[in-house]
Amino acid sequence: MSDRFETAFSKGPALVCFITGGDGDTATNLDALVEGGADVIELGMPFTDPMADGPAIQEANLRSLGKGTRTDDIFRYAAEFRQRHPQIPLVLMGYANPMTIRGPEWFAEECAKAGVDGVICVDIPPEEDAALGPALRDAGVSLIRLATPTTDAARLPAVLEGSSGFLYYVSVAGITGMQQAAQGSIEEAVAKLKAASDIPVAVGFGVRTPEQASSIAKVADGVVVGSALVDLVKQHGDKAAGPLKELTSALAEAVHSAR
Amino acid sequence: MTAQPPVNSLRSLPDSTGHFGTFGGRYVAETLMPLILDLEKEYRRAKEDPSFQEEFDDLLKNFVGRPSPLYYAPRMTEHFREAAPKGKGPKIYFKREDLNHTGAHKINNCIGQILLAIRMGKTRIIAETGAGQHGVATATVCARFGIPCVIYMGSTDVARQQPNVFRMKLLGAEVVPVESGAKTLKDAMNEALRDWVANVHDTFYIIGTAAGPHPYPELVRDFQSVIGTETRAQMLEAEGRLPDMLLACVGGGSNAIGMFHPFLDDPEVAMVGVEAAGHGIETGQHAASLTGGKPGILHGNKTYLLQDEDGQITEAHSISAGLDYPGLGPEHSWLHENGRVRYVPITDDQALEAFQQCCALEGIIPALESAHALAALPQLTTEMDEDKILVVNVSGRGDKDIFTVAEALGVEL
Repeated sequence: MSDRFETAFSKGPALVCFITGGDGDTATNLDALVEGGADVIELGMPFTDPMADGPAIQEANLRSLGKGTRTDDIFRYAAEFRQRHPQIPLVLMGYANPMTIRGPEWFAEECAKAGVDGVICVDIPPEEDAALGPALRDAGVSLIRLATPTTDAARLPAVLEGSSGFLYYVSVAGITGMQQAAQGSIEEAVAKLKAASDIPVAVGFGVRTPEQASSIAKVADGVVVGSALVDLVKQHGDKAAGPLKELTSALAEAVHSAR
Repeated sequence: MTAQPPVNSLRSLPDSTGHFGTFGGRYVAETLMPLILDLEKEYRRAKEDPSFQEEFDDLLKNFVGRPSPLYYAPRMTEHFREAAPKGKGPKIYFKREDLNHTGAHKINNCIGQILLAIRMGKTRIIAETGAGQHGVATATVCARFGIPCVIYMGSTDVARQQPNVFRMKLLGAEVVPVESGAKTLKDAMNEALRDWVANVHDTFYIIGTAAGPHPYPELVRDFQSVIGTETRAQMLEAEGRLPDMLLACVGGGSNAIGMFHPFLDDPEVAMVGVEAAGHGIETGQHAASLTGGKPGILHGNKTYLLQDEDGQITEAHSISAGLDYPGLGPEHSWLHENGRVRYVPITDDQALEAFQQCCALEGIIPALESAHALAALPQLTTEMDEDKILVVNVSGRGDKDIFTVAEALGVEL
């Protein structure tokens, strides 16, 4: 397993940036995120039925698929990114069906070949781990699980079992890009998660501004921003790199100087 | 009540993790997992609670109007006997789910689920609907129990099913048109899941078919099994024996699994499920997930789905809005692979012909969904001896479909 996650989270709070693969000029946009100061990249795999996503990322999925994006393209973006950026951790995020349709082993091997460090699958909870988890672990790719406000103490060990890289705390019960959770509830939740585990805890869902990112970075190991970046791709189309770099720089500065 | 199934029974699934062989399961976001586990616990408790069964039975009898009749269809029987080779052409019965309150089998499941919602202390109901039948049934039980409800419906379906939209509104439901995707049933289900994940604390999701994450396929099947259980008793009374074949349409497959499940361990009873072949399997414009799809994961379960080689879900097509979905319940995928049930495709045109034939020969306007089941009769009846008995599940009535049928036949109303 790569030590890229360890390096990325060892320097203090990390900024995790998400965009949907195939929406806009993906390679250039990924470079802009890195240039802006992103510490970890999440590349969304488009799916026809993104039922955990709000309007911003739903539309990004459909724009990408509308342009004919295939799973092969996503792995090509990943492999090329890895060549250009040997040190930045890269995570694929998406839904179970595109990840498992050719068999979990196929997917895990392609991830390893492309230099993907971790995978977030929205709709495979610990109870269905067999559908993807063992194949990823065998291939040395981290399975990054989600914990939510509804994940109680009794469930948490099951969520942590077999997960690595970092733990993604979904700060609101809801879909991506809508409302942000109260700072107090985030602090409490992160404290509980950190008490239960050694892996870094990144917090996401509803984080849009440097101010929000800064408050979260005071208590968490990472801050995830997605919909706000995806909105810029929608707004600027193939010329989104500049605005993406600008927002990422502001977010990165807020996160990196939070503590 | 039926006896405990034997050890090698086909009726003992799902297993403790919600799987039917490799199908089923709980493929949901982490936010929903704790709620799904609670629902399963509460359902187990309800099953053991005689007062739950009593209330369910009482509502089915006095509110829904059960038992629904098992009707001998004399002119259909004669018609197919004349068309069949000599000595062929079975006796045809209809299970009349079309005579239920709200006009279809959907209400059976809604009664069961709203009683569960009340047990769990939930104060808000959501549901998805395609043709609007499940939406109407959900709005009906919500009105009956005074619980607010929101129905998600693709905006394409809202436009083509205006009478049902108005019915839901009359019953007090809020109908939310869904603008994403192809704006049909699949998209309505996505939107309902999005609502649920944001409102887990007070909201119960009444899923309309025997699909979705465990325990939904099991509990919907159990609530719908009243269809097969009644059929069994009624057939024993009418003919003194079990039927030789059961026939039902399969969209998500709740009417079919409700009819089939109580008979799965009776090897002498053959079963045929009818999938919607739309314009024909070869055109790609169909809703036949078993004939034209392959296993995958969507909406909380692993089952046969219409999809491309990347696992992107493809749009279904059927003239029947209730069958217009790119997947089906996981137990059907399992029954297909183990061969216990035979699944056959029927096109829009075949269903339209059967729709008219049933009106003319029996004085019954069937739902377009049920017309798909009826459309398998020409083929199935030529293979069966005339002393055999075949039961068709007429899952709903067709009043809602007359505009669609008129348009398809080029008739201006």
